[in-house]
Amino acid sequence: MKKLVSTAFASFALFCLSTAALAAPPIKIGALFAVTGPASFLGEPERNTAQMVVDEINKTGGIKGRKLELITYDTGGDATKAVQLANKLVKNDQVVAIIGPSTTGDSMAIIPVVEKAQIPLISCAAGSKITEPVKKWVFKTAQNDGLAVARIYEQLKKEKKTKVALLTVSDGFGSSGREQLKAQAANFGIQILSDDTYGPKDTDMTAQLAKIRGSQAQAVICWGTNPGPAVIARNAKQLGLTIPLYMSHGVSSKKFIELAGDAAEGIRLPSGKVLVADLLPKSEKQRASLLAFIKDYQNHFKAEGDHFGGHAWDAVMLLKGAIERGGDTPAGIRNALESTRNFAGIGGVFSYSAKDHAGLSKDAFTLVEVRKKDWVLVK
Amino acid sequence: MELLNQVTQFVISGLATGAIYALIGLSFAIIFNSTGIINFAQGEFVMLGGVLTIFSLNVLQLPLPAAIVTAVVVTTIIGIAFERLAIRPLKNATPLALIIITIGASILIRGMVMLLWGKDTQALPAFSGTDPISVAGATLLPQHLWIFGVTVLVIVGCRLFFHHTISGKAMRACSFNPRAANLVGISVGRMVLFSFVISAAVGSLAGVIIAPLTMTAYDVGVMLGLKGFCAAIMGGMGSGLGTVLGGLILGTLESLGAGLISSGYKDAIAFFILLLILFIRPQGLFKKGETERV
Repeated sequence: MKKLVSTAFASFALFCLSTAALAAPPIKIGALFAVTGPASFLGEPERNTAQMVVDEINKTGGIKGRKLELITYDTGGDATKAVQLANKLVKNDQVVAIIGPSTTGDSMAIIPVVEKAQIPLISCAAGSKITEPVKKWVFKTAQNDGLAVARIYEQLKKEKKTKVALLTVSDGFGSSGREQLKAQAANFGIQILSDDTYGPKDTDMTAQLAKIRGSQAQAVICWGTNPGPAVIARNAKQLGLTIPLYMSHGVSSKKFIELAGDAAEGIRLPSGKVLVADLLPKSEKQRASLLAFIKDYQNHFKAEGDHFGGHAWDAVMLLKGAIERGGDTPAGIRNALESTRNFAGIGGVFSYSAKDHAGLSKDAFTLVEVRKKDWVLVK
Repeated sequence: MELLNQVTQFVISGLATGAIYALIGLSFAIIFNSTGIINFAQGEFVMLGGVLTIFSLNVLQLPLPAAIVTAVVVTTIIGIAFERLAIRPLKNATPLALIIITIGASILIRGMVMLLWGKDTQALPAFSGTDPISVAGATLLPQHLWIFGVTVLVIVGCRLFFHHTISGKAMRACSFNPRAANLVGISVGRMVLFSFVISAAVGSLAGVIIAPLTMTAYDVGVMLGLKGFCAAIMGGMGSGLGTVLGGLILGTLESLGAGLISSGYKDAIAFFILLLILFIRPQGLFKKGETERV
């Protein structure tokens, strides 16, 4: 009897030891998203998506048998808080990499923290200054505004339209777009005839549009986020403006069509491919990723997956690839990230290099047109 | 000729926007005249008008006219509750304290609407189509006619009420001298409540009729409130023609400024005018010194 008990003990102890040896500690990844506050429309889908992807990876056995542990904090879109939380992730949680933050402001604020701690950061914000100039430990997944501008100008050049009128919103998004529109015009042989702005809370833009109607402009490019562009679309219809109206990727959601109603017909805009995933040709590299993301998001959250969630999807998947190839040390992950080539994600096809930590080309955007309250691809 | 067409368009657009400012300005003036306070929650009444109409239309599935009535009635009830709960209990508060309370109330209302209905902008369908109407080389929408029509009705209604009914006259009496009014048997408290009722109703009505054009969200009240306040200041805080003209002038100048000078200075133009009037003619553009208010 005594022998039996001791055997049982011994085998139990052995069992414990073996499982401990099998279950290696999880790989800790930090995430900072603006889940509350003014940028919550970015942070919420990003957090949802990141957690969804990490759960999925763990369900299918993790990375080389090791699970991922995602430690998420909410920055509230506040740069000071973002810095505190980044320090916490680095010092207390000892993560090997960080994804997020959601906004350019938060990202810029925590860059010194990750550079000093030598932890790779994959930002989900769009500002081009995050990776220009290149910082050793900083990468990003959201498309630069400049790429969207290039996509519009390319189309105008193809149609031999050289005179445009600008109408941009007077906030961060609008002024960044305006800078890019002005800086790139000469490269495409485009002449900017008028450069007007409107306030984010303005309710009537007929004055600006009437001025544009009286000019020689062959197209209007409007840069803003809802509701301004929807008001402009309605005002343009009211004035009977006949020249084509281009919007920015800031309104590339069904919400814009809903707000602008009939006035949205014929409006064109550059958009990430997630919006038109089902329209893309079979040969499209991103197709598989896009459809997988949309289906997963729909199953988990009963809502349409958008670009913002896509930025987090890309960040986690890029990180997964980097850990598989480079191991679980911060330096190994960084080097593997930098050598990532032709990763077809949601935001585009990423190819990082020592000189480019944004990784996308203007093909990340596709030009769509509103027809019958839905998107069609512009050929 | 092209320039003339453009200017006509600027003026017509400006008048349409100005009519909205005028309506909101009127609702500012009504409360100011009976209580001496500036109700900074006025913009929130405007927002509630639009948001509640969309809610009644989409969620409660009411027809448009019923949705509008519901929105105006509910906003009015909120106005009454606001006066009863936040203004009346403070018997001897200074106007400054009351003004700060109204700012607090506006933040509260905005926050609650944000939590209840989210941050998304929503659009209300136009009352009678969106086919543009051509007027002297310029275009406007049927909704603009609704705005002009409702503004005229409200102004005429206010005029009749304040000059030809006992209650209206009593309210004017309170504005001249509350103590004397009290002595002749007018319940000043009730008149203050009345002023909140009228002001909330007018404000929400403004919010309803502009929602098809400008769309609405939990935070539209701030800027509209400020512009309406400008209009009321231009009219010398009277609830008559002065405020209406103030609103129309403000709207037209904004539109002309954006079209002819630079769209970047549109709001600057409005607030520059406000400052100028406060410096040069604090009693308003159309007033001769201290005369009647209301």
